[in-house]
Amino acid sequence: MALDSDRRSSPRTFYEEVMANTPGGEALRLCLQCGTCGGSCPSGEDMDHSPRRIFAMLEANMKDKVLRSNTPWYCVSCYYCTERCPQQIPITDIMYTLRRMAIAEGLYEDADAPDWSQTFIGMVEQFGRSYELGLGTRYHLTHRPLGKTGLGTFALDMLRRYRLALTPNSIVEIDQLRAILNKAKELEGA
Amino acid sequence: MSERIGVYICHCGSNIADKVDVEEVAKWAADLPYVEVSRDYEFMCSSLGQELVEDDISERSLTRVVVAACSPHMHERTFRGACSRAGLNPYLFEMANIREHDSWIHEDQDSATYKAKALVSAAVHRVVHHEPLEPMKAKINHATLVVGGGVAGIQAALDIAVAGYPVYLVEREPSIGGHMAQFDKTFPTLDCSACVLTPKMVDVINHPNITLLSYSEVEDVEGYVGNFTVTIRRKARHVKEDLCTGCGICTEKCPKRIVDDVFEAGLGYRKAIYRPFPQAVPKYPVIDAENCIYFERGKCKACQMFCPTEAVDFEQQDEILTVEVGNIILATGYDLFDARKIPQYGYGRLANVFTSLEFERMVNAAGPTRGRIVLRDGVTAPSSIAIIHCVGSRDQNYHAYCSRICCMYSLKFAHLVHERLPEADVYNFYIDMRTPGKGYEEFYHRLLEEGTYFIRGRVAEITDAARRPGEEGKLIVQAEDTLIGSQRRVPVDMVILSPAIQARHDAAEIAHTFGISCSYDNWFIERHAKLDPVATMTDGVFIAGCAQGPKDIPDSVAQGAAAAARVLGLVSQGEVELEPVRASIDEERCSGCRICNDMCPYGAIDFIEELKVSRLNPARCKGCGNCVAACPSGVITGAHFSNEQLLAEIEGILVSLNEVEPAPQFERLQVWRSPSSSAL
Amino acid sequence: MRYAFYPGCSLERSAASYHKSAMAVADRLGLIFQEVDDWNCCGATEYFAVNKLPAYTLVARNLARVPDDLNQMIAPCSACYVNLKKTNKYMSKYPDLADQVSQALAAGGLGYDPGRLHVRHLLDVIVNDAGYKTIAQDVVRPLSGLRVAPYYGCLLVRPKNGFDNPEYPMSLDRLLRALGAEVVDYPLKAQCCGGHMTQISDKVAYELIRRLLHNAAEYHADVIACVCPMCQLNLDAYQANVNRHFGTDYRIPILYFTQLMALAFGTSAREAGLGSEIVSAYPALAKIDVEMPKEEDKRPHKRPSKQALPMPGKEAR
Repeated sequence: MALDSDRRSSPRTFYEEVMANTPGGEALRLCLQCGTCGGSCPSGEDMDHSPRRIFAMLEANMKDKVLRSNTPWYCVSCYYCTERCPQQIPITDIMYTLRRMAIAEGLYEDADAPDWSQTFIGMVEQFGRSYELGLGTRYHLTHRPLGKTGLGTFALDMLRRYRLALTPNSIVEIDQLRAILNKAKELEGA
Repeated sequence: MSERIGVYICHCGSNIADKVDVEEVAKWAADLPYVEVSRDYEFMCSSLGQELVEDDISERSLTRVVVAACSPHMHERTFRGACSRAGLNPYLFEMANIREHDSWIHEDQDSATYKAKALVSAAVHRVVHHEPLEPMKAKINHATLVVGGGVAGIQAALDIAVAGYPVYLVEREPSIGGHMAQFDKTFPTLDCSACVLTPKMVDVINHPNITLLSYSEVEDVEGYVGNFTVTIRRKARHVKEDLCTGCGICTEKCPKRIVDDVFEAGLGYRKAIYRPFPQAVPKYPVIDAENCIYFERGKCKACQMFCPTEAVDFEQQDEILTVEVGNIILATGYDLFDARKIPQYGYGRLANVFTSLEFERMVNAAGPTRGRIVLRDGVTAPSSIAIIHCVGSRDQNYHAYCSRICCMYSLKFAHLVHERLPEADVYNFYIDMRTPGKGYEEFYHRLLEEGTYFIRGRVAEITDAARRPGEEGKLIVQAEDTLIGSQRRVPVDMVILSPAIQARHDAAEIAHTFGISCSYDNWFIERHAKLDPVATMTDGVFIAGCAQGPKDIPDSVAQGAAAAARVLGLVSQGEVELEPVRASIDEERCSGCRICNDMCPYGAIDFIEELKVSRLNPARCKGCGNCVAACPSGVITGAHFSNEQLLAEIEGILVSLNEVEPAPQFERLQVWRSPSSSAL
Repeated sequence: MRYAFYPGCSLERSAASYHKSAMAVADRLGLIFQEVDDWNCCGATEYFAVNKLPAYTLVARNLARVPDDLNQMIAPCSACYVNLKKTNKYMSKYPDLADQVSQALAAGGLGYDPGRLHVRHLLDVIVNDAGYKTIAQDVVRPLSGLRVAPYYGCLLVRPKNGFDNPEYPMSLDRLLRALGAEVVDYPLKAQCCGGHMTQISDKVAYELIRRLLHNAAEYHADVIACVCPMCQLNLDAYQANVNRHFGTDYRIPILYFTQLMALAFGTSAREAGLGSEIVSAYPALAKIDVEMPKEEDKRPHKRPSKQALPMPGKEAR
């Protein structure tokens, strides 16, 4: 049994906000701190806090520490945690909520992942489809371009095999898409 | 007629009085028709409260009594008793629930008081139409049926037999002993399991009052408390018990060896003709016809050839036996959760992952490895072992409950490893350490002293895919060590899983046969979780041991003894009173449509072929009212729930609604929802 | 059987071989795939990281653009599949969300009745609608002797998809067996390829990719069969980087399962979209026409000795 997240007129704490902004998020109250999520995570060793510890910190309302951690950005969306959690908490979806909140508050430490996401959606909003070459060049030129020599080989390999489009491919009704997205943003802001 | 009704409104301390204006309700009720006296009082269920009722009955010649208080489940019997003592038929009493149905679910005083008035009015209008009823008496047969020959069933059977009454003990396996016979040592004393159990098993077979029906199953149960007729199938052993000496030559000579899935938990072998274990009671072997060469192809017959007393009988048939008993105790035990349902733990795929029951057999001195702890190859001793707690327990995906015994037996396993492989590293992966019993925490302390590594982290996966040096050729247990906060990969040679214990796979069918119910997780339901754990809602049927829910041996024994005590109580009374709240069929007007026959959840209605009418067995009827409502001809009446009484009750509510103005707004109830599942 | 087909951005270019081979396979099996008109990007794993409602709406536009006469929607890419399925499910389950998404869609003149469509992965449709028997019957060039490691990745099987096990799936194994291939049962077949981590942290990404390549190599796989463009990209296009990073020398070709199906159905290499993979598949595929002696499995299946203890069966009861 879990509390209906609509019960309160508005969430009062950071913890409640995270739950309210995740579909089914109220299940987070059931966390027993068993550690299955932390134990399953493929990128867990490189996270500064395991998913389990993030949830303990969430309950303690340690907003700053949580939103500054690299944990949500290192989540690979493999859904092992969600699948194995004995309390059926939608863990992966909570990670996405934390990413959104980190961007909204500008609280992430390392800008790589947030910038990647934001650049990606910029492409989608411009063309309606992803444009890898545009995305890649814009992102990598601003993020340690010199360190990405390896990716140069990658890009050449892809171009040689005709797997990288040189120009973007736009959808026909891009205006329709923009109208829809703008309305959605307006409703979300409300 | 002119009735004289006494109305009593209970405060129940602050439980009712905080929300319901009890004085107001009492004052208001005084004006209801036929009400002679209307009082409010702090605690009606107290002796003083009851005396109030009794005194009023005598002094004011009351003919009806209404008490507005808690649920009838709690105190209907109490007040009926008070009426009885004062000389008023107890069924001329009605109770209004203004606590669970009113004060406990309202926040607002006005609404609560308003509803209390309606409920009291309903009771007053109804009670006028009550009839005096007399309980029925049923004789209790002295014999008892105990189903299940594990430690709980054995205890129950012995306690009843020793008291001097006959017992039928039915066990579906060839021998009694249950799961306890499979174990090596028991926690926390480390007693040898068989050593403490077998004396009791021998007592069972030797006791003149116990008829042991092993390798048998109950097929059908008819009747009611004190008078059950039970049909039992005695499966054919294909061995004549009166000739067999238990020498065991047949088993030695049998050429067909198969994996023993039951007693050896799949870790060892047995023959087609076999005795499950050396100390089996009774000692007679059994032929597993499905795997016997003779039954398959007509060849072999080695057992028959070598048997010195010609006890083997391939033509033997199942025997059907009917017994009459007064009471039944179900002690059918548990099954182990199938750990293959959790693929990431590798059971069934990775050779050296074992279940708890497999390991019990391994460490048992009479088991397939003679007590040596070895890997699946049967030869190599492991140098490191991981024991995994909570496999399938405390998990919304499998069983939400805690299986209660696994922490303790996991510690026991750790101890046994330390004892037999002193150089081995032992790791226990747990979420919480649950050691509530006598000597249990001290046992945990001992394991800490013995050098077990305890890692607090629920295991994420067990794999053989090595990633780092030191992992090659090992089973790697991956978990987050939550006390450190990092992921750990612990390479071990052997993994032991502690799976949940769960209700028997056929628990629902068993419940149906005996007329009881199962809960959502399939354990048999007790009459009251706190105050009546061995009785069921069906009079005369009791439950004991793990069939009622996960528990350890001392608790199973205690429940077996408790069930026996309850049975002995009934048996010594000789007869039992059955509530007169039941249905009755006017057979003259019955059209024989038979709709009511299958409606009855208690099997209380039979169809009389010769007369083509349905007949009610009043002893089995529990007064649920299904048949009363279903009968299209309206020829079934429910005593104490007649149409007149029910309509009067409704009228009482409507009358009160009209008299009390204005009707307040009722609040919306809170709705609780369950968490969403992860499946898309 | 007619289906709405949602290719997803990758199938346009970087995974064009998946698109090509999928259409060839559909053709052979008599499945009609109708591309959703003017579909847009599903947002991958990026959109939800930035905003919530616009992300669901981005996906919902695709659901809304499926014509009314089609009720089955196929996504060949696992990430698109999860996004489409999740949006569909959450809109059915959470009326508030459905309401807001509908309002947004209406701003573009569109609407979608939550739950109307049945969203399915391409693999699901192939093995469950066409069926293993039909597939086996259509094989003209059995993949005999070819050791194929089925690679499921994450998002196809988790969250639970309802047609295969989330930890230990077997549907692709069975499919490859129906094609006549020698299926390599290796333990990491449903572990993560790293997703977008190649852009965020080389260290994490390369290690995840290395584990998979290592495990497949340990089990002597000739080729890895994928069900998702992201997995194929990571394992294939970054294989050289992984080798450089760890000093290894993996040369395992990574193909889409539809490519192997197409070859088994007798198409030409071109029709099966071969040649666009970075790690060339030709050396391994030479095997299909040549009888090769069986290589010993790294973990030999010895017959258990007399002393060995019995194993429980593999299937849960």
